[in-house]
Amino acid sequence: MAKKPVQFTLNGSEKATFVEEGQNLLDVLRRGVGDLTPKYGCAQGTCGACTVLIDGEPHLSCLTLAETVEGRSVATVAGLENGAALHPLQEAFMRNFAAQCGYCTPGMLMAAKALLERNPRPTREEVVEAISGNICRCTGYEAIIAAILEAAGSGSAASKGRG
Amino acid sequence: MPVHVETHANISDAARALSSARDGRFFGGGTLLMRALNEADQSIGTIVRCTDPVLRQVRSEGDRIAIGAGVTMAEIMANRDLAFLAPVARIIGGPAVRSAATVGGNLFAEPPYGDFTTALLALDASVRFAGESGQSTPLQDFLRDRANRRGRVVESVMVPRITDPKALRFVKVTRVKPKGAALMSIAAWLPGSGGRGCRIAYGNMAPTPVRAAAAERALEGASLSEQGIARALQAATEGLTPPTDMFASEWYRREVAPVHLKRLLLGQGQ
Repeated sequence: MAKKPVQFTLNGSEKATFVEEGQNLLDVLRRGVGDLTPKYGCAQGTCGACTVLIDGEPHLSCLTLAETVEGRSVATVAGLENGAALHPLQEAFMRNFAAQCGYCTPGMLMAAKALLERNPRPTREEVVEAISGNICRCTGYEAIIAAILEAAGSGSAASKGRG
Repeated sequence: MPVHVETHANISDAARALSSARDGRFFGGGTLLMRALNEADQSIGTIVRCTDPVLRQVRSEGDRIAIGAGVTMAEIMANRDLAFLAPVARIIGGPAVRSAATVGGNLFAEPPYGDFTTALLALDASVRFAGESGQSTPLQDFLRDRANRRGRVVESVMVPRITDPKALRFVKVTRVKPKGAALMSIAAWLPGSGGRGCRIAYGNMAPTPVRAAAAERALEGASLSEQGIARALQAATEGLTPPTDMFASEWYRREVAPVHLKRLLLGQGQ
């Protein structure tokens, strides 16, 4: 199978790799460049565990044709923390017990980051809508919604993080 | 079978490539096609992509608006001229789906998807293929022969310019809140006073979105009151054979269609 060269920015760092024709971005992130933070859930666009930001917009990496990120900027949870310091969203998730098994958490965090970047003071309804494409099957949604609202209240969740 | 991906900068080149490709499929936003690839769909041999800006344009053409086939649901929601379609785009998936899902892709979406196309059908939209200037195919005709249209590239969808956002009403009926696949969607365009000239379309009541022709006839000249719409509700599923699938049975769909149609026509909360 022919491979194609692709260059993009991942959490602020330049990446150059080869992708297979038809390969999805999630596969390239995890196996190609070693970023294991986006999770493989359903590969159908149903669960949201693989949500990443492409040029600031939320996208399902499992449904993104990898070669379409050529020249674009991709952000994952790996770019949220800054050294030992967690991102305010991550802090809020921790304080609100918004993760149990944690598998949905990377997708929830990136969906929340996308929301807060364009709407730093969302209402509860807007938070629910923002994570409406992300499924959680153990914690339940209330703690997650509370965490996102708390992070929004801190006022610093939108701009932090790399990429 | 390995898949081959071709990217073209010009829509004419993409159209030629698609028509000559063996087992070719056009790539819109990827929400349906990538899913098929992830599931190793062996029927796909070639994927044709197109980066021509014409696919991303929204422009006025007289009293109609041409929406490029590559315009996403998120872009529909952000476009003031398309405010009447924003509530329909908003109910499609979560934000990450809406960043990718396109108007053109939705035209080909099989049940339980294709809610946006249901609204387009109610709006008397028409489809313009690549290379066609000035002419277009009524969406109803397009849908009747949809399976055979896969070999052609859709350039844009033409819709009427609607200034009263209440003229287009839409409901997506799901069992899962806040988002889930529709067991039925209903769109009603009410361009005149009362039911005059109304167009009603159902999604997931047939293999493609379909008009509720009998209900439309019953509404002609009627007022949008409980009494005025009574005959239309009786005729809500006349001439249709709703499917039985994992979301609902034919019986259930027949039972609830008039209930949701009534709420829609009377403007009652869904």
